[in-house]
Amino acid sequence: MPKDTGIGASTKRREDVRFLTGVGNYTDDVNIYGQAYVHFLRSDVAHGRIKNIDTSAASGMPGVVRIFTGADFEGVGGIPCGWQITDRHGNPMQEPAHPVLAQGKVRHVGDPIAAIVAETLEEARDAAEAIELDIEELPAVVDMKAAVADGATKVHDDLENNLCYDWGFVEENREAVDKAIKEAAHVTTLELVNNRLVANPMEPRVAVGDYNRADDMSTLYTTSQNPHVIRLLMGAFVLGIPEHKLRVVAPDVGGGFGTKIFHYAEEAFCTFAARQLKRAVKWTSSRSEAFMSDAHGRDHVTKIELALDKDNNFTAIRTETYANMGAYLSTFAPSVPTWLHGTLMAGNYKTPLIYVNVKAVFTNTVPVDAYRGAGRPEATFQLERVVDKAARELGVDPVALRRQNFITEFPYSTPVAVEYDTGDYDATMDKLQEIADFAGFEARRKESEKRGKLRGLGINCYIEACGIAPSNLVGQLGARAGLYESATVRVNATGGITVMTGSHSHGQGHETSFPQVVAEMLGIDASMVEIVHGDTANTPMGMGTYGSRSIAVGGSAMVRATEKIINKAKKIASHLLEASEADIELKDGQFTVAGTDKSVAWGDVTLAAYVPHNYPLEDIEPGLEETAFYDPANFTYPSGAYACEVEVDPETGKVTVERFAAADDFGNIINPMIVSGQVHGGIAQGVGQALLENCAYDENGQLLSASYMDYAMPRADDVPFYQVDHSCQTPCTHNPLGVKGCGEAGAIGSPPAVINAVIDALHSGGHTHVEHINMPATPARVWAAMQK
Amino acid sequence: MYNFDLVRPTSIDEAVKALGEEDAQPLAGGQTLIPTLKQRLAMPTKLVSLTGIADIKGVCKTDDGQLAIGGGTTHGTVAKEAMADFPGLANLAANVGDPAVRNRGTIGGSLANNDPSACYPAAALGTGATIKTNKREIAADDYFQGMFATALEEAEIITEVRFPIPEKSNYQKFEQQASRFALVGVFVAKYADGVRVAVTGASNEGVFRWSEAESALSSNFSAEAIDSLSAPDGSNMISDLHGSGDYRAHIVKVMTKRAVAAAS
Repeated sequence: MPKDTGIGASTKRREDVRFLTGVGNYTDDVNIYGQAYVHFLRSDVAHGRIKNIDTSAASGMPGVVRIFTGADFEGVGGIPCGWQITDRHGNPMQEPAHPVLAQGKVRHVGDPIAAIVAETLEEARDAAEAIELDIEELPAVVDMKAAVADGATKVHDDLENNLCYDWGFVEENREAVDKAIKEAAHVTTLELVNNRLVANPMEPRVAVGDYNRADDMSTLYTTSQNPHVIRLLMGAFVLGIPEHKLRVVAPDVGGGFGTKIFHYAEEAFCTFAARQLKRAVKWTSSRSEAFMSDAHGRDHVTKIELALDKDNNFTAIRTETYANMGAYLSTFAPSVPTWLHGTLMAGNYKTPLIYVNVKAVFTNTVPVDAYRGAGRPEATFQLERVVDKAARELGVDPVALRRQNFITEFPYSTPVAVEYDTGDYDATMDKLQEIADFAGFEARRKESEKRGKLRGLGINCYIEACGIAPSNLVGQLGARAGLYESATVRVNATGGITVMTGSHSHGQGHETSFPQVVAEMLGIDASMVEIVHGDTANTPMGMGTYGSRSIAVGGSAMVRATEKIINKAKKIASHLLEASEADIELKDGQFTVAGTDKSVAWGDVTLAAYVPHNYPLEDIEPGLEETAFYDPANFTYPSGAYACEVEVDPETGKVTVERFAAADDFGNIINPMIVSGQVHGGIAQGVGQALLENCAYDENGQLLSASYMDYAMPRADDVPFYQVDHSCQTPCTHNPLGVKGCGEAGAIGSPPAVINAVIDALHSGGHTHVEHINMPATPARVWAAMQK
Repeated sequence: MYNFDLVRPTSIDEAVKALGEEDAQPLAGGQTLIPTLKQRLAMPTKLVSLTGIADIKGVCKTDDGQLAIGGGTTHGTVAKEAMADFPGLANLAANVGDPAVRNRGTIGGSLANNDPSACYPAAALGTGATIKTNKREIAADDYFQGMFATALEEAEIITEVRFPIPEKSNYQKFEQQASRFALVGVFVAKYADGVRVAVTGASNEGVFRWSEAESALSSNFSAEAIDSLSAPDGSNMISDLHGSGDYRAHIVKVMTKRAVAAAS
């Protein structure tokens, strides 16, 4: 029987009431008396030297308050990078300066040159047109391999070249991997592109900076997934404002997908300008601006080799990837192609030797950083494509080849430095074969053929590392932050509970699922629990939401704080019941003396804590509020198996997704409905990457896909009804809830399934020369691949 | 968006007078012009809305059996009201954009703009329609003059489009995946005296007639008649992120066959 309350219940999302009735409070809904508006004049060339910026005419335009340029930020810090990678020779990565407004050079289309603050946005835009720019256009560096060739134009004049780092992992394995590949019975090689994407959350980015002269307090309202991180980075590294004089608020946020993790120049600008002007300054990104200023995702060019012995056991994997950093290092950019990618190259398989080489490259393009899955989709895509290609080359069943090489004993230490605690890959594959109806596929293929269509079935497995992360470990790997999470559980006098969490919900439904956990632990109704997040003024220091970490890390902190609450509440109850603390049991919101009918209700205990007339004041303090910080012992390792069925129109190359099934192992599950929704959304994004989304630049660094006219987002009719299942559950062994996280799985697991299905369809139609099609597999690309 | 004045006349005469002022521009459904203004890519001093002119709205059959559609008629209205007499046209209108676009956008606005990927130009050219303005009547064959270029003069307003109703017709749109405009759209219309085939979305010259297909289909109105033709020349077709000229040329042939097979 499904539960209707607490852990495991598909409780409807309480936050949706306000979202669906238009009473959410998004950052753009924040309007402060006397606020001015800022418009950023952005570069329309990819690379150029700023020779002169003449703002004299524009400054006198109606409504203009002040025009800022890079010169106003001399002596102000630049936008910092939060992760330092050490290259394969032991040297630190090359780390360029990233000024708030361009200084000396512009380095990508969209790079902000000047910021016009005016009484209205239209006046700011009018004045921007009156600014006279003298920019000497320089050759643009766009292609990554050209960027690292000898004599290439440098994106940053003061760096040695355009190579951010050349990373090897595990460097000590390099020669052994080379040898294993040389001696292998079979080697399958694949070159592929993991296409650049634009995250496109429904809500564009917004920043409102405010300054209060009375107490010298700055406040930034911003569309962020992690307000505490923004406060730390912006306060300490950019503007020099101590945390107690800086408040960052991320209210309702309409989708993040990674791109709202990072600290952006616009946030620093609005906070800085508000202090300078002694009035609030607001910026709301247009969709066009978002395309050229939100950090992009993916953009890897990879060659992968898979070595097998004569019995088809995997013996070694070698990959070489060029990873685009764009023009500057966004907050976590260096970590994505390295520690979030290289450590996942074992996948679900017991390959003994793995070597990953990544060259991170600067180009005259928008910075690239984490996007839903962040490194793990790139690892999964190349691995699951090359395994599929190997099965085809060897003439073996792709499921059987995978099963033969599955890791089956846990814990398992991979050759790429992580230890999987639990998993059962055969179980999710079994479940997949059932829900995807593999048995009925041939009949469906014949039916498609009757209609002149080619049908293909693609499968893949995935493993991901979530719940980022043990702070001491990531510190060794170059993170300039800890990655714990925090929660304060405040029990109010009449028994209601306010949980202040360092996690941040921007679509994940924390306001619904987090109370389910507390309610389960205390035996009270979830409606008595309220979640507060997103404001540094009233939540404990936390690291925010990304990397499928909220329930695994933030939820664990909340559990720890609630455990402290229970311990203290039992002490109070034992006093009220005149019984030994060891005999007190908490069940269904009642404290009972074991083996008796003596009990006291939750609300009586909480009232006693705040009205301590009859209270053990000599032993414990009044009040009932506890804080816990939780630092995970390991990553969590969700895994699963996905299947996609496509039809290809052989006359046009158009691919339609007919069926999609996902069998995931997320460990224990708090709210199955929310988990299904997360998988649905992730698959839609994965199908979007596989078939539709293509962020493209021309050779001059002009963004070709700069609007929805050319950048194809998945729409409802691009995806089928999904079969999703998460009944295979191997609980995480090292966090108190046994949870693993589910936010990114869909986006990680689905692109290879789609492309494997397209290749399968083409082979069924006799196009057996087609080994790979780069994403997005648009009609034109599929048709071109079919032509010999 | 720059500031402008907005007037909403109720007659063609008033509209023409208002358009006589310098930098005045007509505004039909606004599905192209309003986004253009929002991007600050146009700076009219005055917009003359045509939505208040009742005379240029509606669908009716003329005495000589043509379908007459007022220039200010929305795609949504055409989709409903043309269905009985001219399903090929009604289905085209029903698949322009999304419901919001169809409830605002007009046939006159679309033809006056002549976007190279718009659907209506294929229907107008594919039927040999007559474009009626406040000044004159223009045959479709003379009206379309390349991407975004038409025979319209300043202050000339499309008041009506007259479509000869074909025996059979069909429009096949192969959508560009992002915009869902036509990557290639083919309108096929069969008349007693021959077949017309018009192609939108594909050519650098805008909408055009595929004469080889017209000849082949005029003697044998079947999908097989297209099989024996080579695809049209792709060298002057649009080549972009979404497909090469050769791909578009190939799709022209596929869509033509499908339009013939589906014609009713």
